Amino acid sequence: MGYPHKPHPRETQVLSTHFGTADARTAEGWKQRGGYKALQNALGMDPLAIQQVVKDSGLRGRGGAGFPTGLKWSFMKQGDGKPHYLCCNADESEPGTFKDREIMRWTPHALIEGCAIGAYAIGAETAYIYIRGEFTEPLDVMERAVAEARAAGIIGKNAMGSGKTVDVWVHKGAGAYICGEETALMNSLEGKRGNPRIKPPFPAVAGLFGMPTTINNVETLTAVPHILNNGADWYKKMSRPDNPKSTGTKLWSVCGNITRPGNYEVEMGFPFGEFLQDLCGGAPNGRKIKAVIPGGSSVPIITWEEAESAVMDYEGMVAAGTMLGSAGCIVIDEAQSMPRQIARLARFYAHESCAQCTQCREGTAWTTKILERICAGDGTAEDLDTLLSIADNMTGKTICVLSDSCATPVVSGLQRWRHEFEALITRKTVHAVPAVVA
Amino acid sequence: MSHGPSATGGAALKTGGHGHHEKHVPVFVGETEKRLQELLTRYPTKQAALLPALWMLQEARGWVSEEGMAEVATVLGLTPAYVKGVVTFYTMYHQHPVGKHFIQVCTTSPCHVCGAEDVVKAFLEQTGCGELGVTSADGKYTVIEVECLGACGFATPVMVNSDFLESITPATVADVLKRYG
Ligand SMILES: Cc1cc2nc3c(=O)[nH]c(=O)nc-3n(C[C@H](O)[C@H](O)[C@H](O)COP(=O)(O)O)c2cc1C
Ligand code: FES
Repeated sequence: MGYPHKPHPRETQVLSTHFGTADARTAEGWKQRGGYKALQNALGMDPLAIQQVVKDSGLRGRGGAGFPTGLKWSFMKQGDGKPHYLCCNADESEPGTFKDREIMRWTPHALIEGCAIGAYAIGAETAYIYIRGEFTEPLDVMERAVAEARAAGIIGKNAMGSGKTVDVWVHKGAGAYICGEETALMNSLEGKRGNPRIKPPFPAVAGLFGMPTTINNVETLTAVPHILNNGADWYKKMSRPDNPKSTGTKLWSVCGNITRPGNYEVEMGFPFGEFLQDLCGGAPNGRKIKAVIPGGSSVPIITWEEAESAVMDYEGMVAAGTMLGSAGCIVIDEAQSMPRQIARLARFYAHESCAQCTQCREGTAWTTKILERICAGDGTAEDLDTLLSIADNMTGKTICVLSDSCATPVVSGLQRWRHEFEALITRKTVHAVPAVVA
Repeated sequence: MSHGPSATGGAALKTGGHGHHEKHVPVFVGETEKRLQELLTRYPTKQAALLPALWMLQEARGWVSEEGMAEVATVLGLTPAYVKGVVTFYTMYHQHPVGKHFIQVCTTSPCHVCGAEDVVKAFLEQTGCGELGVTSADGKYTVIEVECLGACGFATPVMVNSDFLESITPATVADVLKRYG
């Protein structure tokens, strides 16, 4: 991971190579490390040719949904006479996820380069990097780097002497998980409440300011210069031999009950059990891992047994009953109460619901109330069925998937640890969650 | 978003007595006005500068008052009601004055399993705030819980004003408070 610890020999460092190297933060330092070569070349290429390389590489979105990046870029109609926009999603608020923060803190120019190439490839002259307001240090670092790149003629009108205009701006959020949802982010950037929009129209048709827009995650865009420099084949090789659908390296943020928390960069297809035990050191204090949420709090919770044999790529995680998501891996050990952890997750979603959709606004709050009641020793026999019925009503029925994300830990948790909930209800054991303060 | 049941977010703060009825001195003059004009060149609409303008207001005054919102509305050609609608959506704009040091402790699940509740307790005790969202009697501190700060591997992250601190434990809370007297 390079920061805060030394990288493990089994990591494959591409994006994280310069984490912890202060010199890499300046434009000059970045150039000395091979930076801005890809942008220089890209600006002399046909945008469609760039899209093709990215398509061939197999790169998929690192923000959560895993959508193929080159394909997404090809939805942008070239030459339609409209302004196009690129949004870089640096809202990073999914519990468990803290990789984009590290990319921005240590390699701001890597992100600027990725944004500039991405913008050029989709016919956009402007890219906005939307960074959550709480990321004060990444905001400072990025603001400084963007100003430096502009002063050096790397971005702006006549970027790198190419005669092309590619501008990059930093936009500061103001506290709202939902603004990581792509259309909510666009509304927020436009100076509105961050409510997700109904799709269609999709962003490639009518996105930011009503214009064709592509939105990509920080890590996705940062991978692009490496792909242009080293070729699609190089990227594709970093995968399981029998699975061409997941390629490249992936940053995994590991947190919770784990001996060595931090960011790790491994190739797609790495064995998850060995990863958690050997690289991350397993659970601390000789305890055992009980549960793992591999892809940020919105993906199904799996048991240690399921995690141990899982493979770290998009398909491998699905085969293990969960998803790769944002690769924000939350580890929960045997000392923790699952109902209590799931109640805390539900409270997160209740707090973060934008409250547009009834199923989400009411469902997240109601779910939280029942779970906290169970943890307080006041649960009833019917509560578990009620929870599942609410979860059903919250899944696939709303404008965005925040609602589904609240149902996921409840359903996956009840499937695997129903006995813990039942024990709380029948024995009235108390696992109080902290009191809710109005 | 701050409609929820938790104590996080400006909207959930207990209102303090001081500062509420000070006369509003315009913020968008001189250098600040110049900065806003520069910002406006980045976007195709004036409205897009709303979040940045609210940040400038909060930096200048420490919080976002009704009068401040009205000024922002005027400079961006919006209505005060619209601006308030946006302000109330986000958790980081203070709609009431807060302590000199605004302390936010992450308590979302990954930090929770690492003992974040004890960090909250230590802050509440040692600042004299006693309760979440309540400013200490000396006006120095306000402590709130916040949802995931995006630094879960550094449990427990704590924000003091705009400083982002990592790996805070109950044992290091006293040191933190010494730095923010
Ligand atoms: C509630 C919600 C929150 C999200 N938060 C983020 C986020 O913080 N960062 C991010 O990159 N994507 C987030 N996403 C996913 C984005 O909507 C979008 O799929 C992504 O930014 C696309 O970029 P990619 O294709 O490069 O992954 C979120 C989605 C939802 C529904
Ligand atoms: S849960 Fe505390 S920073 Fe993410």
